Amino acid sequence: MTDLWHRVGLVTDIPRRGARCVDSPFGRIAVFRTAEDRIFALADQCPHKGGPLSQGIVHDTSVTCPLHNAVISLQSGEMAGPDEGRVRRFAVRVDPLTEVIELSLADNAERLHAAE
Amino acid sequence: MSEKLVVIGNGMAPGRALEHLFATAPGRFDVTIFNAEPRVNYNRLMLSPVLSGEKTYEEIITHDDAWYAVHGVTLYKGNRIEAIDRAAKTVTAADGTVAAYDKLIVATGSSPFIVPIPGADLSGVLVYRDLDDVEKMLQAAKAGGRAVVIGGGLLGLEAAAGLKMRGMDVTVLHLMPTLMERQLDPAAGFLLERSLKARGIDVVTKANTKAILGTDKVEGVELDDGSVITATIVVMAVGIRPSVHLAKDAGLSVGRGIIVGDDLQTSDPDIFALGECVEHRGVCYGLVAPLYEMAAVVAAQLCGDDAARYLGSVTSTKLKVTGIDLFSAGDFAEGDDREEIVLRDASAGVYKRLVIKDDAIIGAVLYGETADGAWFFDLMKKNAPVSAMRETLIFGQSYQGGAPLDPMAAVAALPDDAEICGCNGVCKGKITAAISQKGLTCLDDVRAHTKASSSCGTCTGLVEQLMALTLGDAFNPRAVKPMCGCTELSHADVRRLIVAKALKSIPEVMQELEWKTSCGCAKCRPALNYYLLAEWPGEYQDDKQSRFINERVHANIQKDGTYSVVPRMWGGITSAKELRAIADVADKFAIPTVKCTGGQRIDLLGVKKEDLPAVWADLNAAGMVSGAAYGKALRTVKTCVGSDWCRFGTQDSTGLGVRIEKFMWGSWTPAKVKMAVSGCPRNCAEATCKDVGVICTDAGYEIHFAGAAGLDIKGTEVLTQVKTEDEALEMIVALVQLYREQGHYLERIYKWLKRVGMDSVRAAIVDDLDERRRYFDRFVHSQAFAQRDPWAERASGEVASHEFRPLAEIGMKEVTC
Repeated sequence: MTDLWHRVGLVTDIPRRGARCVDSPFGRIAVFRTAEDRIFALADQCPHKGGPLSQGIVHDTSVTCPLHNAVISLQSGEMAGPDEGRVRRFAVRVDPLTEVIELSLADNAERLHAAE
Repeated sequence: MSEKLVVIGNGMAPGRALEHLFATAPGRFDVTIFNAEPRVNYNRLMLSPVLSGEKTYEEIITHDDAWYAVHGVTLYKGNRIEAIDRAAKTVTAADGTVAAYDKLIVATGSSPFIVPIPGADLSGVLVYRDLDDVEKMLQAAKAGGRAVVIGGGLLGLEAAAGLKMRGMDVTVLHLMPTLMERQLDPAAGFLLERSLKARGIDVVTKANTKAILGTDKVEGVELDDGSVITATIVVMAVGIRPSVHLAKDAGLSVGRGIIVGDDLQTSDPDIFALGECVEHRGVCYGLVAPLYEMAAVVAAQLCGDDAARYLGSVTSTKLKVTGIDLFSAGDFAEGDDREEIVLRDASAGVYKRLVIKDDAIIGAVLYGETADGAWFFDLMKKNAPVSAMRETLIFGQSYQGGAPLDPMAAVAALPDDAEICGCNGVCKGKITAAISQKGLTCLDDVRAHTKASSSCGTCTGLVEQLMALTLGDAFNPRAVKPMCGCTELSHADVRRLIVAKALKSIPEVMQELEWKTSCGCAKCRPALNYYLLAEWPGEYQDDKQSRFINERVHANIQKDGTYSVVPRMWGGITSAKELRAIADVADKFAIPTVKCTGGQRIDLLGVKKEDLPAVWADLNAAGMVSGAAYGKALRTVKTCVGSDWCRFGTQDSTGLGVRIEKFMWGSWTPAKVKMAVSGCPRNCAEATCKDVGVICTDAGYEIHFAGAAGLDIKGTEVLTQVKTEDEALEMIVALVQLYREQGHYLERIYKWLKRVGMDSVRAAIVDDLDERRRYFDRFVHSQAFAQRDPWAERASGEVASHEFRPLAEIGMKEVTC
């Protein structure tokens, strides 16, 4: 099996307090960059009504869904407050020198193989 | 025929006397007021919040122009009375105006005392008395530097705190060993000094000012020990002197102040005097509560109640510096016949002292924790015996009789005649009765009906507790809601502070206003972005990441994550060429739904985000720009065909609609703004349920606004009528600018109107042509930076083109191989 880390771009490709999308066999993934330059990746689908989280407003380490204002933690993928629900998370790593972002589909990749 | 009443002076005392008079005997007097200040009656106690930037002048007005009009009062602004002729019963003003009176009220107030030291007449030496003084201080504060405040009393310290908040370095010089020695004992004075120093205000006590230095203007202050403090301004706040000059020249008896009896008559029975200019039983007052008590007596006397008497006042004081809680009342000098109870909690910064004589409280000083001030003051005024609760007295009302009470129960336990509002002398019973009888549900209503909490505002908490007690769950204590969970400040506070502190970026706002989160939330960030954009056009850089997605990508997000695109059709007019381009775009990008909107536009629904720039490029090529159907912005101006085609049309409604839309497109507003122009009162464009609407008539243009046809349904209000199209445009533009400057984010025009009131809108836009022009000009200025087609910027790749493409694609192959 080849390297599970996929290069998706540079930190500077994503605006601070913003997100960009990556298309994958598991659907669209939203890659977020916070005000403090932390990078997170979540499935681009709100657990509430499937809204594209990549289009939401990023604040601290949360994003507010553009459709109905659900707030989702970028760290845990969980919905805040009284809502219940969780978004699938993807592992990311950033090379401190080159600022290259790499994304792993690991958990999901395992399942894909199993299904075959 | 009504009697003629002339009032000299337009401060808080005569203002209150007239309120009583109009309530008791409306129409009895024909009233003329001469005000040396060029403005209406405002709440002088609130000058400190204006200085510090926590309030605006408009917010502290007590009587606006409409009030004088309603009561038929002739008000001369900026016209000082020079002489009283008691024989002829006339007064003569500076501009030569002569007014005859049957009764005269002298309310000339007081003037600040200027210490007669060398340099006291230099430019830059200011006093702190009225709004003009505040404006001078604000002007000086803009230049920065150090302000030296001479006088560590109530006014001096409020001035010092205000100037500090405005960014100046501040030194307070005080002649006595401790601050506010007339109101505070030395221990509390010391605590106060410490907390002022903690705020970065330098305090020098026992400071005897020898001279103010400088050649043309203030450069520094020299003390008699030879030390010199450099300064750009000096504020003299050492005390006030009753203004008695006019009364003295007229031959009235004058001591320190104008001498009045308990009936508040001067030595001339047709002349009353009240306020800070009088001396009553040897005492001159400078606080508001006694002045209001005098006002009630003067009004009663004028209405023929000869028995009305003013018997002097016991006064209490609160320092109005945000964050410092200080209360003092009565007499707290030490003496052999007196006992005292003291509570100190140094680490919490709490100090309480009660002075007791003959089993009753005669003085109270509270610092750091002042909630029991009203209770102690009440016991003091009633001369109530305290021996029974002596041991727990200092802990306050909650600790009397059994288990500690919560604050709510403490208020519930107060007797009906306990005074709640010291400024206005309003007792508990009056407030609770007004709440239940008149069905009052919000603080502003209670203020309007009872006056409680309407002056200095420090009893607001008590009044709210009374409302909660009386109304139960129906009362919402946070009638002013914080903007969001990130701050305690309301939208109004934030807007005001952005201006007052000249905050010009979102991080700066969050830092200065002490945001509780590190980078806000989806509620406050778009609001702050709008406020900054509206306040500093051309200067503030729009923060795209703080905009809702629709305003960031200039299209409307739909439930499936696709977007809808609405090109602008000026006034609802389109052409074969435009329609052809729209049809081509729909075909080329396989746009599934094409629909007419309520605002006379065409909506293309189901566009993929990746396709947006290409869709826009094609629409741009046909001459169309963004319709802003997604924005808190000018949306649409709907029109009927008017005099061009319609047999009933009175004016060119289509032309006006197109003109308005071309003038105003691109502007951001607190919430969406939809407009319409109807060519006749049949109103086919449905202008009377729009944010702004125009109904054309043969006589001209009726300007409507504040309609709603969404969650709420509401017909418009008529702002005014104008004769020409140019005037109509100017009026509408100025109205929208006023709304842009005052509206809370997401507050539609009809809600804004409900909050600010028709009078204030008319006063700014309709009644005052110069003011209208200023609003108009500010709108035009902001348009220079706003009127750019966001589609063209993005379609050409100038702005954020990157946003519309995926960052990367991870193919199936990479995963599985």
